Amino acid sequence: MKILVAVKRVVDHNVRIRVKPDGSGVETANVRMSMNPFCKNAVEAAVQLAEQGHATEIVAVSIGPKAASDVLLTAMAMGVNRSILIETDARVEPLAVAKLLQAVVDEEKPDLVLLGKQAVDDDSNQTGQMLAGLLDWPQATFASAIEVEDGAVKVTREVDYGRAESRLPLPAIITADLRLNTPRNTALPMVMKARQKPLAVRPVAEFGVDITPRLQIEKTTPPAERSGGKTVGSVDDLVTAIGDDVANMEAL
Amino acid sequence: MSILVLADHDQGKLSPATQRVLGAVATLGDAADVLVAGENIGVVAEAAAKLPGVQKVSVADNAAYASQSAEALAGLLSGLVDGYEYIVASAGAVGRDVMPRLAAKLDVMPVTDVIAIHGADRFDRPVYAGNAIETVVNTQAKKLLTIRASAFAPIKGDGQAPIEPVSLADIKSVVEFIAELRTENDTPDLGTAQIVVGGGQSFASAENFKMVEKLAAVLGAAVGATRAAVDAGYAPNDWQVGQTGKIIAPDLYIAIGISGALQHLAGIQGAKKIIAINLDPEAPLVKLADLALIGDLFEVVPALTAALEQRLKA
Repeated sequence: MKILVAVKRVVDHNVRIRVKPDGSGVETANVRMSMNPFCKNAVEAAVQLAEQGHATEIVAVSIGPKAASDVLLTAMAMGVNRSILIETDARVEPLAVAKLLQAVVDEEKPDLVLLGKQAVDDDSNQTGQMLAGLLDWPQATFASAIEVEDGAVKVTREVDYGRAESRLPLPAIITADLRLNTPRNTALPMVMKARQKPLAVRPVAEFGVDITPRLQIEKTTPPAERSGGKTVGSVDDLVTAIGDDVANMEAL
Repeated sequence: MSILVLADHDQGKLSPATQRVLGAVATLGDAADVLVAGENIGVVAEAAAKLPGVQKVSVADNAAYASQSAEALAGLLSGLVDGYEYIVASAGAVGRDVMPRLAAKLDVMPVTDVIAIHGADRFDRPVYAGNAIETVVNTQAKKLLTIRASAFAPIKGDGQAPIEPVSLADIKSVVEFIAELRTENDTPDLGTAQIVVGGGQSFASAENFKMVEKLAAVLGAAVGATRAAVDAGYAPNDWQVGQTGKIIAPDLYIAIGISGALQHLAGIQGAKKIIAINLDPEAPLVKLADLALIGDLFEVVPALTAALEQRLKA
């Protein structure tokens, strides 16, 4: 089967972000960027399916500025065959991203689309579900295990009560949770080899999708500061503190 | 302002999150209509009808909704949304799964994980694992929201709303539900508990982690765990607290042997008070906590549990 995997370039998840003092957003200039961790799980899942002989071709797609070709290169170093960058410098909301991915699905006709369950910048957790809604394909979100069966996938999902298993006929959408796998590292020789793989850069206008945002971001502010840092000397002090807290709690 | 709320329920019980969602939307206008979809959910519908701020409870009782599949629920909702300005669910696994799918069908951009509501069209949501808060203006005619239940107080009081069945069209779902793999425990719900006791990798075994469960039992608290503790097999995955686990906002969070990785901190920022027990005085969570005890958890936790048991019995 053919797999399409969507990847997003975000501020590296180890970077402690800074909210701009004027409230206009989060500082991204001169900040280390990398592939969204959940997207990396999605890429790893696709590559493993190819290694198991289930997938014949993996295509990666990203939407963003020219620099987002970096994360596509990483995906190809991991084992993706070719990439498409839909180039735009604009802020693209998940709904518009889903519509652009739908256009790519119409062109590429994959049997399976893999995405990360959320991007660690806007934490929306919705693009995969939206793509599934647009295509009217079955979806399995927050996947922690995938098994390919004949014309179907069996997926274990992380849900509120634990885990749930379901079987989806192909074509289908799966979004990856962190527990799905451990993404492989990409050594330099693999990255050099990935440079030989095809990467098509296409302007967003080519796809005829209206990407005008539906939501306005009025302001971005840092969260309320916690004033921590007090220590107690003994277990007895802790017993008193916790005991008093419990006594003062309002019954729900 | 007409509001439709998708009720959260599990094993025949209305989830406490729904009460909080109703608390959240109470500021948006009229009483809400509540949709309860599932199989054999009469009890859930009755519980929803007894809540204040509810105008009517619609019941869609069918085997197709038993597993709360996104395909079936989004299909059901898309036939019911006419005339509603707000379609709202809690940001639990079901709401996160269903709402965006519905939104795409309606060509609406939803606002997920709302933590504050400022009037009819302004909402706060956390980004970057809660390290920044965005205020978004949503002027779309239909507004789809998922609500971080732990950020809102539950609606209180009594109501008596009528319960009406929904006439169901032919439901086809191509997804075959295989199994629920439940964690068997009867600890309170993490997302809405008043007290949470959390443990990290420092416990070093599933056996030792039972110390967390014992302290939680004494306090009537929910049990939480770090991703590392879950990955190591000390705790089930539905106890995981953090950016990729559950987001909690208890009155009191007692964090034991948890250093405070960024993704864990993302899940606990709503806690009113944090108490940390840790050997390392430099751990980020110790610095952040309102109160910390520097000590060996293997000595502190049993002593603390015994003493609290005595005191709370008194």
